[in-house]
Amino acid sequence: MNHLYNPLLGGLLIGLAAAIYLITSGRVVGISGMLAQSLFNKNKRLPLIFLLGLIIGGSAYGILTQQTTPFPEIRSPWLMILSGLLVGYGTRLGNGCTSGHGVCGLARLSPRSIVATATFISCAIITVLLTH
Amino acid sequence: MLMLITLVCGLLFGFGLALSEMTNPAVVIGFLDIFGHWNPSLIIVMAAAVSVSMLGYKISKKQSVPLLADSWSLPTTRLIDRKLLTGSALFGIGWGLSGYCPGPGLTAVINNPQEGIYFVLALVAGSALYQFQNKK
Repeated sequence: MNHLYNPLLGGLLIGLAAAIYLITSGRVVGISGMLAQSLFNKNKRLPLIFLLGLIIGGSAYGILTQQTTPFPEIRSPWLMILSGLLVGYGTRLGNGCTSGHGVCGLARLSPRSIVATATFISCAIITVLLTH
Repeated sequence: MLMLITLVCGLLFGFGLALSEMTNPAVVIGFLDIFGHWNPSLIIVMAAAVSVSMLGYKISKKQSVPLLADSWSLPTTRLIDRKLLTGSALFGIGWGLSGYCPGPGLTAVINNPQEGIYFVLALVAGSALYQFQNKK
């Protein structure tokens, strides 16, 4: 049953984090935006703390317990660099990623985020179709 | 107080990503591979995350100000323009190539450093490129 419970519980935690952050700080959780603020804004304390928590939380679970699916074999650094550049630049130009548009934007029923999410998911599906 | 809550939210968010295996690019690519060996589990993740987040949004609409801040800092742009579409398309292509979006990519520095370090350096470079192109 773990293949059902883990995605459900994981998704609930992601949503809970976004909800608590919104209610207390008045901000939406958007990882690409927080990264940009951490790098380029004067007022960077909150986004930086959030990202630190994300990295600790996201790696602690994998270290403490056995994941059900193994990670892929290490892929080419050039593929990672190309992917990172596209994700880094694209999320700034489009003003959001899977969290900001995908989770928070859809929750707010923002038409802009619905269009963005449909666009990046379709482009990602086509990319996987062409490369796998 | 807000800093402590922000740290807890970051931890919960990261823990949720790991528990739902969003941090594993093999699972993410499996989800995007709808014409191959499709793994639909991330639909459950998205649906659960959006539902709880929506509940939070409903609660926030009843508050005049956030609990621990002076004012709301919510996105106000409503424009659906070429920038939004091009940016989201480029992001989607990059996401499909590696299976990393920004959050899981950051955790990969620890979980899968031989990939994560290159991805995050390029992620920062891509964001910086936009920053320098658009600085006033």
